[in-house]
Amino acid sequence: MQPTTLARRFFSGPFGRRLAGLFLALGVATAASAATTRIAVLEVEPDARYDETRLFFRGLAQPLGRPFAGAEVALREARFVGQAVGTEFALERVSGGDASALVAAVERLAKDGVRFFLIDAPAPVVADVSKAVRGRELLLFNVSAPDDALRQEQCQPNLLHTLPNDAMRADALAQFLVSKKWRSVLLLEGPKPEDRLLAAAFERSAKRFGLKIAERRPFVLSNDPRQRDQGNVALLTAGPDHDVVFVADSDGEFARSVPYRTVRPRPVVGSEGLVATAWHWSWERHGAPQLNARLEKQAARRMAAPDWAAWMAVKTVVEAVVRTQNAPFPALAKYIKGEDITLDGFKGSRLGFRPWDNQLRQPMLLATHNAVIERAPIAGFLHPTQNLDTLGFDRRDSRCAF
Amino acid sequence: MRFRTVFAALTLALAAASAGAKSTGYVFVSSENDNAVTVIDGRTWQVVKAIPTGKRPRDMKLSPDRTALYVIASDANRIDVIDIAQLKVSHSIPVGEDPEMFDLGADGKRLYVSHEEDAQVSVIDIATRKPAAQIEVGEEPEGVRLSPDGRRLYVTSEVANMVHVIDTASLKILANVVVANRPRRFAMTPDGGEVWVTSELGGQVTVLDGATNKVKATIAFTPKGFRADDVTPVGITMTRDGKTAFVTLGRANHVAVVDVPARKVQDYVLVGNRAWGATLNRDESLLLVANGLSDDISVVDTRTHKVLRSVAVGRVPHSVVIDD
Repeated sequence: MQPTTLARRFFSGPFGRRLAGLFLALGVATAASAATTRIAVLEVEPDARYDETRLFFRGLAQPLGRPFAGAEVALREARFVGQAVGTEFALERVSGGDASALVAAVERLAKDGVRFFLIDAPAPVVADVSKAVRGRELLLFNVSAPDDALRQEQCQPNLLHTLPNDAMRADALAQFLVSKKWRSVLLLEGPKPEDRLLAAAFERSAKRFGLKIAERRPFVLSNDPRQRDQGNVALLTAGPDHDVVFVADSDGEFARSVPYRTVRPRPVVGSEGLVATAWHWSWERHGAPQLNARLEKQAARRMAAPDWAAWMAVKTVVEAVVRTQNAPFPALAKYIKGEDITLDGFKGSRLGFRPWDNQLRQPMLLATHNAVIERAPIAGFLHPTQNLDTLGFDRRDSRCAF
Repeated sequence: MRFRTVFAALTLALAAASAGAKSTGYVFVSSENDNAVTVIDGRTWQVVKAIPTGKRPRDMKLSPDRTALYVIASDANRIDVIDIAQLKVSHSIPVGEDPEMFDLGADGKRLYVSHEEDAQVSVIDIATRKPAAQIEVGEEPEGVRLSPDGRRLYVTSEVANMVHVIDTASLKILANVVVANRPRRFAMTPDGGEVWVTSELGGQVTVLDGATNKVKATIAFTPKGFRADDVTPVGITMTRDGKTAFVTLGRANHVAVVDVPARKVQDYVLVGNRAWGATLNRDESLLLVANGLSDDISVVDTRTHKVLRSVAVGRVPHSVVIDD
């Protein structure tokens, strides 16, 4: 068995060596110098989302690896700005078997002066950890859990989300379908609780933007002849006519077999075919090719949404430290959550956090396996003050009370 | 009528051109997605030719003697040199990975090139066609601009949100100045006393003191009918007297006309989609703006602030150079 908490400072790999060299050059033994802003990445180990067999088929709505790589890229980008305000940024990686192990790690690191944490864990762990450290002088950035509940009932004042939530992704897709006039949707829903959340998010979006759910059908990943009506895509899609098939499949294994197996020639969206995502490696505008190249150099794989979210979280900390001239923590936290921050997500818009639920507002990319087809908000979907708030929970939809 | 105005302006422009007689009156537009430089006759606004170049041509500059046009080919990692007399690429200068923008020394001997992917600026010796030096800068360097006396080189880093001030003799960084987000390109007053930098996401221009490298002022833009988030300034150019600046506002599809000493916006001119590159003709009667997402250039009368016409060019026009 693994030790429950395993704190590793990564001085291996090209980046780690550079970091180690830096510390040597500065004559400091650890990252705990006054002039160093430390950022810790918390990981749950094991995490089924990064299971080798699951990563292998590269589901369109799936991670391509641990988002730590994105944080490393952002740290490297911070070299020059750090010098300008006389600070270094350092990254450390901590893993634990469950929420309590991560809470213990946060306690220990916080005592040691760490104020910024990225959490790469499924939603229940994020909920537990953020609840346990509520009110502490630190910020947690959720970089890989898309669950709406974390932004609603389970929201916490010091928990921020750089990854878009299910409602934002579903709204982006719904806007796209409306713009195409593909208004009638067959909704296929998997058996896992996470699948139900995806389906529920899409139903909410369908209602919001005026799409019709032709039928909602459960599927199972099985060849069992007794469950053929739920396991066979042809049978699942043979009911009432529809314009498009939405597959709500959190792990993507069923979804990948849906395109081209439908009875009618209908596009597939949701978890395969066309998905709404924070990032896609084929995005080519606003400096994206350079960012994609940096991540590929770092991690020897392509960049996906959680990588972007981790990159964005580290960039948020760096931006706040630079713009406030490395102010004390309360001022930094206030700046991060405030209206004045301008974050550059390489998606063409100024990004900042929604004050009502700490979700980073951002455009969504609607991507196939090798192309970004559209960027949402889709032209024509307007909002009285901020078009990005046509995606996800606007102030009036929020059930978050900090 | 429009035609006549253009003709009049151009005739003036051509008359004003020096007796060098080299002036062809051609307008050159680099098209990122066509791998070509479109040549337009500045009298008739007809496309004369598309000169094939390396992949993804972007920034361009004329040699001081105006016989050659240097064109960055970003995806080919080289600078193509177009012979103006023959309208074709005569030779290429290999440079590092992903070059984007550059400036040219007044003596025509050296090129200073930003390399987006490598976080470097390289100094290229034109005679030997070899890199003379490399300078490490922040990630995604973009705009490159020499001071009028050639002693300082200003470089923006889009990711580090700073302007690097480099001594051209020692090639050392003298200062790193933090400016508004995603700084892009430069304009400068004739004495180099003020360095103007556009910030695409910050939505503003930062004015730096050329002597102290400190931020002196910022200028915001509020074209009618656009939200702050739609204002994404990228291109900038200034009249030779240092009195008027023209700033392209990207997604807001306008050019701002700015009174430089007063630091006040005088007017907004509606142009095409995603206006970036902006160039004045020699007598400064016309401003040519490259509209990256409508595949055309806008020809703006700098006196009346009216768009005289738009000219269809290749796909994703990046920069405009006028040989008048």
